[in-house]
Amino acid sequence: MEVAAAKLIGAGIACVGLVGAGIGIGNVFGSYLAGALRNPGAAASQTTNLLLGFALCEATGLFGLVIALLILFAF
Amino acid sequence: MNLNPMEQFAVKPLIAEPLFALGGHPIYFTNQALLMIIVVIASSLFLTLAVKPGALVPSRAQSMAELSYEFVGNMIHSATGEDGLRFFPFVFTIFMFVLCCNFFGMIPGSFTVTSQIAVTLALALLVILTVIVTGFVKHGLGFLRLFVPKAPFGLLLLLVPIEVISFFTRPLSLSVRLFANMLAGHTMLAVFGGFVVALGAAGGILSVLSLGPMLLIIAILLLELLVAFLQAYVFAILTCIYLNEALHLHDHH
Repeated sequence: MEVAAAKLIGAGIACVGLVGAGIGIGNVFGSYLAGALRNPGAAASQTTNLLLGFALCEATGLFGLVIALLILFAF
Repeated sequence: MNLNPMEQFAVKPLIAEPLFALGGHPIYFTNQALLMIIVVIASSLFLTLAVKPGALVPSRAQSMAELSYEFVGNMIHSATGEDGLRFFPFVFTIFMFVLCCNFFGMIPGSFTVTSQIAVTLALALLVILTVIVTGFVKHGLGFLRLFVPKAPFGLLLLLVPIEVISFFTRPLSLSVRLFANMLAGHTMLAVFGGFVVALGAAGGILSVLSLGPMLLIIAILLLELLVAFLQAYVFAILTCIYLNEALHLHDHH
């Protein structure tokens, strides 16, 4: 019984990693907008970097979600 | 009524008998296989039939097909340069497959192929193997310079392991990103759908309140359509960026 409860709590704690992903994604898009409004001419050429930053940032947060799923379903 | 939000991700055999056995392991024809076949047939039929007239002033279907072609072409050209265009068929196939799987998954009652880690991991491994083979074919053993950036020797002791680790976590992050986005989005839709059903069945004033989550589902559905496109785009552009590194190492094209 305690093991089942600990698993659920652990999975919940592992999802806290997504907080960092949220902050990071906000930072990526916020910085892009700030830069794009200062220099709109260069904005279009940076969309690749924008999406790359977004994707890398999101992936690190999603590892936390994977750990949560592993705790719930694999152990 | 079953309100389990994870129910929709269950892979079920559609034919009770296994098709054949592979190394003693029975292979079934599942709902996932059916959806993948539908996606491949539908997207190839659409792309071939839409451009068949070849009209100078394109119809709606023809301009959609041409738009997707130009979109991927520009993406590859901007990310990898001229010689990356050799990989156009590869990247275009991956992009259209992931995009159509995501969109077919949005149809209520269907099955999201890309919410299975087995599918996304297979796609990601295909991409990484292509990158490694391309790199070794083009540069020979010089491809290993990818792991050695220009830096003083003391820093290299730290940088080389980091580069190696970051290279080998790529298939993992590429597959997990697509899988987790699809899984989380569809779970969220199912959870809010459960709210509507539970409130609607409660009766009285609560039934009226069920309109709230109903409207929210519509908003989330629109967001999910954006995510479905964005994840296919991210998957394709990361493929291009990895191919660019294999083709040009650290030099800028």
